[in-house]
Amino acid sequence: MTTRRIAVTIGTAIALMSAAGCGSDSGGDPLATGSATSSAGGASSITVGSADFPESVLLAEIYAGALQAKGVDVSKKLSIGSREAYIPALQDGSIDLIPEYTGVLAQYFNKEAKATDSEGVYTELKAALPETLTVLEKSAAEDKDAVVVTKATADKLGLKSIADLEGKSQDLVLGGPPEWKTRPTGVPGLKKVYNLEFKSFKPLDAGGPLSVQALKSGQVDAANIFTTDPSIPANSFVVLEDPKSLFAAQNVVPLATKAKVNPTVEGALNAVSAKLDTKTLTDLLAQVVTDKKDPDAVAAEFLKANGLG
Amino acid sequence: MAAGERGPPVIQDIIAWLSDPAHWTGEDGVLRRTLEHLGYSGIALVIAAVIAIPAGLVIGHTGRGRFAVVNLAGAARAIPSLGLLFLLFLFLAPRVSGDAAFLWPSLIALVVLAIPPILSGAYAGVESVDPAARDAARGMGMTGPAVLLRVEFPCALPLVFSGLRSAALQIVATATIAAIVGLGGLGRFLIDGQKSRDFPQMASGALVVAVLALLVDFLFALAQRYAVSPGLTGRGARATMRHTEVAVRAAAGETEAIRPVDRSRSRQ
Amino acid sequence: MTWFLDHIPEVLDLTYRHVYLAGLPLLLGLLIALPLGWLARRYRPLYLPFTAGFGLLYTIPSLALFILMPGFLGRQILDPVNVIVAMTIYTVALLVRTVADGLAAVPDHVNNAATAMGYGRGKRFFAVELPLAVPVISAGLRVAAVSNVSIVSVGAIIGVQQLGMLFTDGFYRFFYDPIIVGVVGCILLALVFDLVIVGVTRVLTPWLRASGGHP
Repeated sequence: MTTRRIAVTIGTAIALMSAAGCGSDSGGDPLATGSATSSAGGASSITVGSADFPESVLLAEIYAGALQAKGVDVSKKLSIGSREAYIPALQDGSIDLIPEYTGVLAQYFNKEAKATDSEGVYTELKAALPETLTVLEKSAAEDKDAVVVTKATADKLGLKSIADLEGKSQDLVLGGPPEWKTRPTGVPGLKKVYNLEFKSFKPLDAGGPLSVQALKSGQVDAANIFTTDPSIPANSFVVLEDPKSLFAAQNVVPLATKAKVNPTVEGALNAVSAKLDTKTLTDLLAQVVTDKKDPDAVAAEFLKANGLG
Repeated sequence: MAAGERGPPVIQDIIAWLSDPAHWTGEDGVLRRTLEHLGYSGIALVIAAVIAIPAGLVIGHTGRGRFAVVNLAGAARAIPSLGLLFLLFLFLAPRVSGDAAFLWPSLIALVVLAIPPILSGAYAGVESVDPAARDAARGMGMTGPAVLLRVEFPCALPLVFSGLRSAALQIVATATIAAIVGLGGLGRFLIDGQKSRDFPQMASGALVVAVLALLVDFLFALAQRYAVSPGLTGRGARATMRHTEVAVRAAAGETEAIRPVDRSRSRQ
Repeated sequence: MTWFLDHIPEVLDLTYRHVYLAGLPLLLGLLIALPLGWLARRYRPLYLPFTAGFGLLYTIPSLALFILMPGFLGRQILDPVNVIVAMTIYTVALLVRTVADGLAAVPDHVNNAATAMGYGRGKRFFAVELPLAVPVISAGLRVAAVSNVSIVSVGAIIGVQQLGMLFTDGFYRFFYDPIIVGVVGCILLALVFDLVIVGVTRVLTPWLRASGGHP
């Protein structure tokens, strides 16, 4: 009799679990947003991924919205993590499309990548990509890594460009995302290109609250913040110039699995890239981060305003 | 470097990583990070104990405030440390300067994690004191606070230690979150390893944390054995019976869910 | 709170996923822990190595386990099965000792009486020992439930969709609302799990109710 009770209990629990699963907005599998991913050919559905910072989420939403407007079935897996985390996801079929930046992406696949101008970088990127991946047209919008200091530090040390740090950097603490420690465009790159060695490196986040706070409070003297980040104007931070082009051109570009790209997808995304420029991107990002608007709402507005949604 | 390497970190990889002396010394070395880790853990444990032990003793002794505190402690167990950490950081960052903006959120999150088990251990300990001992104390003329300090607290020591031990284990396992807000500690290997996809580093860091947590647990168990009055531990069979009884009563809802070794809750 | 009201569908979606990722491992973990705990109790020499061994599993930082799991299981990186397996491991680690202790708490004279009445080993386990162990096991399960809800939220660091994603979303935008909603959601979810387990325990232990709560 108690055995039956136990069995009934377990049965109820399983039923509740399934109900919870079906309760989510996509029936069946409670863990897919929209249709399930398939890594086989047939671009009938595309999974759009993003990195874990707001701009990547915003761009992913823009891509997703543009594709949906053209009738493509889209599911999203956002905020996956850093490039080192989502490229494998792209390669194993967990995602099919992700917004990327030409310069850092080229260097990720080809450590010897040398070009620094937009066109050169784009060419090198296309050559460096593995067989299964492709990039579509790049947009004019750029969001580059930058070494940023407070106005006070810039004035005190007379800093206008990264080169000005030479001879001074050994007394300064550098902050950046943890992956900067080993990335070619991070700490090793600053050493190689500008001959800079810092007193220490503090792992923070990719231009998020940790970096902003650390810079403001003097925990770090220089930090890696992206050029479109609204925190820069908001805190009167100074972006140090990059005369030797350590940070090559970083045009926003869709990176995708070749098998998933068909003329519809290509058309939709190229149209988006045509309408994106740095100023627009910066404004849109400010709406998400400063005005706290939802990325998908901001994306939808942008698409509508440009006849793409 | 492991950009693109995807296989499981074979034991060889972990052993290789750990046998490299360069990984042990220096600012980013395992030794330094372990000391930092123990530092955060120790401070958090002490703060939590200072808050929770007196509170628990008083609640157990007077029996007042029990309902409210038990439920608050229960709810506090459910607070996700990561969310609390982020909230505290966003709140404190503009108001506090320097290192504190990074340190306080981590410490507070760990203290919040540690208070429930210590509190439970303290009041359950006092409650489970043999009423005969209490009566004897009163019979000898002791008043309230004296009874509490000289009789109830020593008798409650096993469960107080239990709570401390459980809290210590959780803190050491969860202090890895300090690395999420840029601090040091063994979490650094986890976060940095995760961000750069350096699996050997991550796995080695995880192993060190696990070993450290077990070491701390073992040390607390030793301390418990030697610090608690032999009169209590000596009563072998009866002590075991009481612990079992406490467990069963706890489960029946009479006291909070405390167990002699309560490996409860989140460790991140 | 307007942000919450504007985002109820998303929050609910994340909550369902969270329930699945934290709850299913509770069931699986319990099912696995029952035989293991029984073994630990039945064969005295196994008790220490089992409880110590599983205790060690519990101390592995969750972030590490989540990330290393795809490699071990050979699955896609973003596959939620990774989280389910990891969480089940934690649940089992917590419950093995609880099950062993729960079974040990059954008074010997009850077991002897059952044997004297002709119950075979298996029938005695299911009809006598297990039901009497329910209170202790359920206490452990409540602890595991709260623990699971909290650990799952850490999955946000690796992009697993659940309430924890609200933490990272809010954090990078310097925005309190999503974080608060996420924290409150986790607390409420833990409470719901707790109530369900308590309720089920009551149903399974009518003799405790009859005797006014005393075993």
